[in-house]
Amino acid sequence: MNPILKTRLNSSDVNRRGLLALSGAAAALSLIGSRAFAMSIAQAEALIFEVTQEVQSVINSGKSESAMISDFERIFDRYANVQAIAATVLGPPWRSASSSDKSAYVASFKGYLSRKYGKRFREFQNAKIEVTNSKDFGRKGIFVQSTVATPIYAPFPVEWHVVERSGRLEFFDLSIEGVKLISTERTEVRALLNSNGGSVGKLAQALSRLG
Amino acid sequence: MPFAHQLLNPALVVALVSGLSACSATGTGDSEFYDPLEPTNRAIHQFNKGLDVIILDPASRAYDAVLPEPVEDMVSNAASNLGEPSDAVNRLLQGDVEGLLVSVGRFGINSVLGIAGLFDPATGLGIPARPTDFGETLHVWGVGEGAYVELPLLGPSTARDAVGRVVDVLTDPVAILVGPPEIDYVLVTRTLDTADKRHRYSFVVDGILYESADSYAAARTAYLQNRRASLKGEVDESDIEDPFEFQ
Repeated sequence: MNPILKTRLNSSDVNRRGLLALSGAAAALSLIGSRAFAMSIAQAEALIFEVTQEVQSVINSGKSESAMISDFERIFDRYANVQAIAATVLGPPWRSASSSDKSAYVASFKGYLSRKYGKRFREFQNAKIEVTNSKDFGRKGIFVQSTVATPIYAPFPVEWHVVERSGRLEFFDLSIEGVKLISTERTEVRALLNSNGGSVGKLAQALSRLG
Repeated sequence: MPFAHQLLNPALVVALVSGLSACSATGTGDSEFYDPLEPTNRAIHQFNKGLDVIILDPASRAYDAVLPEPVEDMVSNAASNLGEPSDAVNRLLQGDVEGLLVSVGRFGINSVLGIAGLFDPATGLGIPARPTDFGETLHVWGVGEGAYVELPLLGPSTARDAVGRVVDVLTDPVAILVGPPEIDYVLVTRTLDTADKRHRYSFVVDGILYESADSYAAARTAYLQNRRASLKGEVDESDIEDPFEFQ
């Protein structure tokens, strides 16, 4: 149930709908000119196909776990706005934190997430992902709904929350069987913040040792 | 256990289920929870964690080491098949005709073609399992989830779902209709299935219980979000995070 950002997508698994989404995205991108950018469902789905394929190539690379974790950190950086995720996870304490504490926290949070979920790569080896549906929530973004099948688990639903920020599409949240990554990490980070006397600086240090 | 009296006080349970249904019916938002019994729940959580360390986790490892995977799948299929009659009763009470047909159809197909439920040909025929319980029936009837509770041995639940579990045990058609000695096989199958599930989902369970800063809070978040999403069936705007609130 814990959210994980790993799937394996063989090229043969890219279903027709995925290819349509990719071509739709290409068509949509070519239309962007001076007009205001508005994300389409096809673009959000294309982003998810791209992310899952990148993650799949890391899983199949045969690299060591630590090399895979640093690859994963790079993917996370490229496709997600890590600061937005980290801030949402921390919640109100983010607003009152000093800028040096904020940047220390965002940096440790990124490493922590990459280690924590990167270690669980093997659970998702040979996983197949199929996009089943997507929902547009306007300003709040698009939920791309998919089903993931792996050799160890019965097929389960995974939902990807894609957001448009300053004209750029980014991955924001992930929900596995209804359990969201941001909520799971909020519970974790709040517990750590409490055990560190509410200090965001100490929280950052604690996170850098975890995961 | 000093907390047993508090937990099992019927008046309290009724108050939690009925009195709070209004507030929790809309409380499907992200991290919202109602946990007035938190100190008691935390004590039960420690007890459950101890049981996992000394019994369930080692038993599930032994189970996995001893039995080959196809046999484990048969045990899991058989346990799931034995749940179909109870699911059918609940689907009937929910007024869910399609769900009722799924359970009845699966039970018939898997009991006959699947050799007493050891195999699951129904899924291959396009009828995947749709398990349910009396907690869901209460939800369909409009009962809110009430307080979060962690039950001894059984783990995370809510007041509504805990009542549902009791009703499911008391009204299980399999337990009522099957007498000795077959009922022993039923109990053995269900016990082995618990070990099987603990092993199958060990990444998830270990992550929550042993790799989180506060395993009680982690289990509560995971249970409530999973349960609410499964009862609701679809995502709406209240379920998703606001990406711009802190930016």
